[in-house]
Amino acid sequence: MKLHTISLNNLKRRKAKMAFLTIGLMVGIATIVTLVTLTRSMSHDIERKMDEFGANILITPRSSGLSMSYGGISLGGVTFDQREIREADLAKIKTIQNHQNVSAIAPKVLGGVSIANHEVLLVGVNFESELKMKQWWKIFGDTPTAPNDLLLGSDAAKVLNVGGGDSVAIKGETFRVAGVIDQTGSQDDALVFASLSRAQKILGKEGKITLAEVAALCSGCPIGDMVNQIAEILPDAKVAAIQQVVEGRLKALDQFKHFTYVMAGVVVFIGSLIVFVTMMGSVNERTLEIGVFRAIGFRKSHIMRIILLEAALVSLLAGILGYAAGMGGAKLALPFMAEGAKVTLVWDGWVAGGSIGLAVVLGLLASIYPALHASRMDPTEALRAL
Amino acid sequence: MSLIEMRNVRKQYRVGDDTVEALRGVDITIEAGEFITIMGQSGSGKSTLLSVLGGMNHPTSGEVEMAGIKLYQLPGEKLADFRAGNLGFVFQSFHLIAYLTALENVMLPLAIVSMPSAAKRQLALQALERVGLGSKPERLPNQLSGGEQERVAIARAIVNNPHILLADEPTGNLDSKTSDDVMALFRELNDGGQTVVMVTHNPENGVYADRTITLKDGMVLQ
Repeated sequence: MKLHTISLNNLKRRKAKMAFLTIGLMVGIATIVTLVTLTRSMSHDIERKMDEFGANILITPRSSGLSMSYGGISLGGVTFDQREIREADLAKIKTIQNHQNVSAIAPKVLGGVSIANHEVLLVGVNFESELKMKQWWKIFGDTPTAPNDLLLGSDAAKVLNVGGGDSVAIKGETFRVAGVIDQTGSQDDALVFASLSRAQKILGKEGKITLAEVAALCSGCPIGDMVNQIAEILPDAKVAAIQQVVEGRLKALDQFKHFTYVMAGVVVFIGSLIVFVTMMGSVNERTLEIGVFRAIGFRKSHIMRIILLEAALVSLLAGILGYAAGMGGAKLALPFMAEGAKVTLVWDGWVAGGSIGLAVVLGLLASIYPALHASRMDPTEALRAL
Repeated sequence: MSLIEMRNVRKQYRVGDDTVEALRGVDITIEAGEFITIMGQSGSGKSTLLSVLGGMNHPTSGEVEMAGIKLYQLPGEKLADFRAGNLGFVFQSFHLIAYLTALENVMLPLAIVSMPSAAKRQLALQALERVGLGSKPERLPNQLSGGEQERVAIARAIVNNPHILLADEPTGNLDSKTSDDVMALFRELNDGGQTVVMVTHNPENGVYADRTITLKDGMVLQ
């Protein structure tokens, strides 16, 4: 017989009340786990999408130029003192302090060419990094593998009246149309993509590039610092973050995070109230019992230990069950909350430990007053019989 | 030196706007090994006297000394420690813990004692044997008769071998046959050297005691 024997036996005896307390706390913890896991999973998913799909740093040659476009209609521009970026310089990006956040670098060279009497914009790309960045491209035909393979935007293919497997001539050189990109609704529809080296040769820009897109974002990435770091190593280039994409997505995520914190706070408050009210009720029901304990010589600290041990055991169980239920809830809710089938549930040991720890701390904090109340009971009044 | 000395003990309660004086200058001396019954009408202050003797009810004034220790001058939780080490209580309604077996109820005072579990169990079984319940250690209180529950309560009171056994109307809820058995058990314990102080309203219980103290309106009559 030790103090914990009393706590354990009491828990066994008051099954219904303790089950209510466990479920109450468990629901609270489950809600927090679900929200936190959803936030983390969605955050992870957005990071992954940004890493995979989006360029968020744009590197263009430095110039003193003024844009002449309005409402999507370009009227050209006034450009002077234009500098060039050398393809070899891009390798320096991998030496910046935050190089580990760089997911992909997609250099491009642009220039107008004539194909079958049509003026088109030829874009030289590194197909491997381009396809990695633009995973939304749906290609009819093959992906380009040979140096003379082309990839055509849907509008370009229509205008040129060619499809996958056809051949076209550019400046006397024959190229094979490997595939046609399904309509994207973007500028890509009107472009002809060739390998970077071939395009550089045709356009007479060997070793040079017109621009480079860098995919480098995760929610924790210091994008501003990265822009500065790249600008430092490429002094002839203008480096800019595509702020709209970055901020828009992060803002949405931040709003969800704030919602999660507010919800967690409300749930913690309600959970604390449930524990407090239940433990207080339990203590009041056990007035006589506590009177007996005090009469036979239990110290106030002994009474507190009995009550707090009960709270800790119930809270521990609620924490474990709450974590399991929360993860289950997150798994069910995630497909509805996040877009795409690729989104995966983030299993994090810190969330597991944190939720169980939170349950125990919450249970103990909310039980301190009932335990103090119990320990301060006057044994004579508690027993009344004496 | 006497085992228990109460000197000019007064106890007042506030009941609403009124002050009720439960004890009015009580002087009692009890020697070690005595069997005392405290009698009196309802409201005479018997239970208050027992709670003051038991270190659970601070008197408004006066002194209570046990084995040379001034009870209500003990600091902090020392009074609880004193109760744990020196006093055994038997309550009127037994007050057994419903979710503990008879053996666990008897072991309760030992829960706060540093001792191997096997030794605690052994002591509790011996106490149950002494009260004639050695064959029912695993029964829950609701599986025992009133007399058996009283015996378990007595076993719990004596398990830590206290100097003084305090009992409040221990036969109040028992039939006459069981009452006699329980009183005989107290007598037996007293014959073994146990000091017993018992509150009772039943004059027949007085025959088991060495001495009877009668209270009236918070004062000792004799």
